[in-house]
Amino acid sequence: MSGLTALLLPGILLAAGLAGMRKRVDVYRTLGEGAKEGLSILLRILPNLIGLMTAISMLRASGFLDWAAELLGPALTLVGIPPETVGLLLIRPMSGSGALGLGAELMQTYGPDSLAGRTAAVMLGSTETTFYTISVYFGAVGIHKTRYAVPAALCADLVGFLAAAWAVRLFF
Amino acid sequence: MAMSWIWVIMVGLSLLFGWQNGTIAEVSAAAGTGAQSAVELCVSMAGPLCLWTGVMAVLRESGGLEKLSGLLRPVLGRLYPAFHGDDTVMESISANVSANLLGLGNAATPLGIQAARGMAERSPGVASDALCMLVVCNTASIQLIPTTIAAVRSGAGSQTPFDILPAVWLASACSVTAGILAARLFARLWRRI
Repeated sequence: MSGLTALLLPGILLAAGLAGMRKRVDVYRTLGEGAKEGLSILLRILPNLIGLMTAISMLRASGFLDWAAELLGPALTLVGIPPETVGLLLIRPMSGSGALGLGAELMQTYGPDSLAGRTAAVMLGSTETTFYTISVYFGAVGIHKTRYAVPAALCADLVGFLAAAWAVRLFF
Repeated sequence: MAMSWIWVIMVGLSLLFGWQNGTIAEVSAAAGTGAQSAVELCVSMAGPLCLWTGVMAVLRESGGLEKLSGLLRPVLGRLYPAFHGDDTVMESISANVSANLLGLGNAATPLGIQAARGMAERSPGVASDALCMLVVCNTASIQLIPTTIAAVRSGAGSQTPFDILPAVWLASACSVTAGILAARLFARLWRRI
């Protein structure tokens, strides 16, 4: 598996380069232009993270996160979710940068390659900011009667969290 | 506004638990260093993140979005039977899904909203089954290469930030499938009520 993923990245770089050359795209300049988009993403999330990481660091230092993990641990362990990720489950559907900040703090505390760190990363990668997305879409078309959109979307989130925990145990 | 509440509650809980556990000194120290770790995180993930938005821009300029869109179109038609013959809506949906797969969030949302507008025209004021399906599919993450997460992982010191890819794909597939099945099931239940 690691050999395959090791090949994947350089492979994507080469494939993107060759695909660009074939279409006569100025690959090198486009790469630089695209890198600017990364900077604008960072500029958008950094101000959000300032307040969030402060609050999350305080919560960690106060012992609250450990307490919450201990409280909900048995229930989460029962379904295979590492208790350390408890905060992520709550904040993920509501705030994208909040979940990113909490996930990053979790990876720094427990290590990015720990079970909890990996599970947090996979959870972040396989779910979305559900409530934000729903409000953007229905807001844009002026619909208030959302019928079953919210419960169905939350089903997807729940299964995403469970599957993330199971997938990490399966592959690592 | 929800985030304001969450933030105030987080700070309040920190003080409460700090006082209860006698960790006020640690809480105070954390309040001083939390913002620094936010900046450190952003700096450490800046490199990989910019690289991948760059690579994605090359793929987009090379027509990757259109190609993927064309491939997905027949499959997506089955998810939206009511709009199977509507070329403009189906084109927006395929482009929306393709942009989501490639992780082009900024491009995906306007395309999705374009499709949502086309759907809403037929049933103003109420979310149709197709619109619910579109929204549910957009609340599930189907990004093939989760570049931001990988950047956070390498920022936190991981040597192999992308080794989570197979797990992410599997979990995403489960999540999207659950969303689609739930939407299908609820569509039947809601009609009866």
